Amino acid sequence: MSVDRRKFLKLAGVVSLGAAAKPVSTLLASEDPIHVKKMEEGAAATAPTVSPGPPQGEASSFREPLTAKRWAMVIDTRKLDEATIERCIDACHTRHNVPEFEIKKDEIKWIWEEDFHHAFHEQDIPVYTEHIRHKSTLLLCNHCDEPPCTNVCPTEATFKREEDGLVMMDWHRCIGCRYCVVACPYGSRSFNWRDPRPHIEEIQGDFPTRMRGVVEKCTFCEERLARGIAPACVEASGGAIAFGDLEDPHSSVRHLLEEHFTIRRKPNLGTQPQVYYIV
Amino acid sequence: MHDFPKILIGLLIFIVLITLPVWYNVVSGKAWTKPELVIETEHVPGKDECIMDADRMRSAHMDILNNWRNDVVRSADRIHQTADGRSYPMSLTNTCLDCHPNKDTFCDRCHNYMAVAPYCWDCHIVPEQDLGQGDHGATMPEDDMHGGGH
Repeated sequence: MSVDRRKFLKLAGVVSLGAAAKPVSTLLASEDPIHVKKMEEGAAATAPTVSPGPPQGEASSFREPLTAKRWAMVIDTRKLDEATIERCIDACHTRHNVPEFEIKKDEIKWIWEEDFHHAFHEQDIPVYTEHIRHKSTLLLCNHCDEPPCTNVCPTEATFKREEDGLVMMDWHRCIGCRYCVVACPYGSRSFNWRDPRPHIEEIQGDFPTRMRGVVEKCTFCEERLARGIAPACVEASGGAIAFGDLEDPHSSVRHLLEEHFTIRRKPNLGTQPQVYYIV
Repeated sequence: MHDFPKILIGLLIFIVLITLPVWYNVVSGKAWTKPELVIETEHVPGKDECIMDADRMRSAHMDILNNWRNDVVRSADRIHQTADGRSYPMSLTNTCLDCHPNKDTFCDRCHNYMAVAPYCWDCHIVPEQDLGQGDHGATMPEDDMHGGGH
């Protein structure tokens, strides 16, 4: 079918009308600044409160950072009671602006509570009593020596810091593909399905929140180590959690590992997890 | 050529529509003007000068911030040394906004004019009084990303 001039002009008219309608509509839509402003204020009114956090403005206020060749954690499950567990989780999640969602599938967790037989299911034997089975322990990112999550990350948003072995998150780079969530055998990674901000009770002003569409997890309190402070959970645990340099023969974690029998989660996978449990 | 008047009318309508934004501004009498950057600097003890001169900051702040975030997050390098030997923590909220606390005038006015939308504030917290202003994260629809994985 050939297109004559008449048809062409008709068509061109319709097309250019359509093309013209778009900028006009956006222009009209953007024209009411007061209305837009009001909406923003409405959102602000429901926004959570912010506490400014400790001042960190001065370079000189930086304490000497804590450094190690290989950070590791030893959790003494014998010392973990419900109150301690709750304190540790609370300290971490408050510190890092971790949101709380009512719906389980939206859950974001950096450190969480789990029954022994779920956490260490390969080591569950039939004769264990219910008491042992349901004994609570704390789980978090294992900061593996061979982290599968960093291998699959297409943007290197998650990476292993070679100086001290931390498995880091660069939230600026995360594109939310969730390969790492699948790759992590420990369930340590959570994806922000929803905008987390409205679900944070009290936002700590000196730590960023995350945005919708990024993955987050425990960072062994990298930002605290840089200021010379121990991780939040270690501080809150009252001695149930030890943290230190695995390569330093005089460190607390080395002493604990030499003196006690410890287990790790899913060691058979070869990821070399660096969170050790005294049972 | 007896359709010429019709074509002419069509063309006229087309031209009017396509130039409507111009007419709209002429009639409403508020054409865009270039925003004036008011640098309301709070004098913070020990921080009398910016890390670079204003011209450099104007043209290169985005690169500086980009480098800072990589240095801090990826290389654990947190201190910025200025050319004349002063040192500052590399921090948008704690260093930049410490002296320039008004995000609305210091950041947003030019960014809006230039139609750039840096996503700093989706995650980083605007200190104190300004919280919530321009916090587009909070007004985003929440449900778009559901359904994919469940």
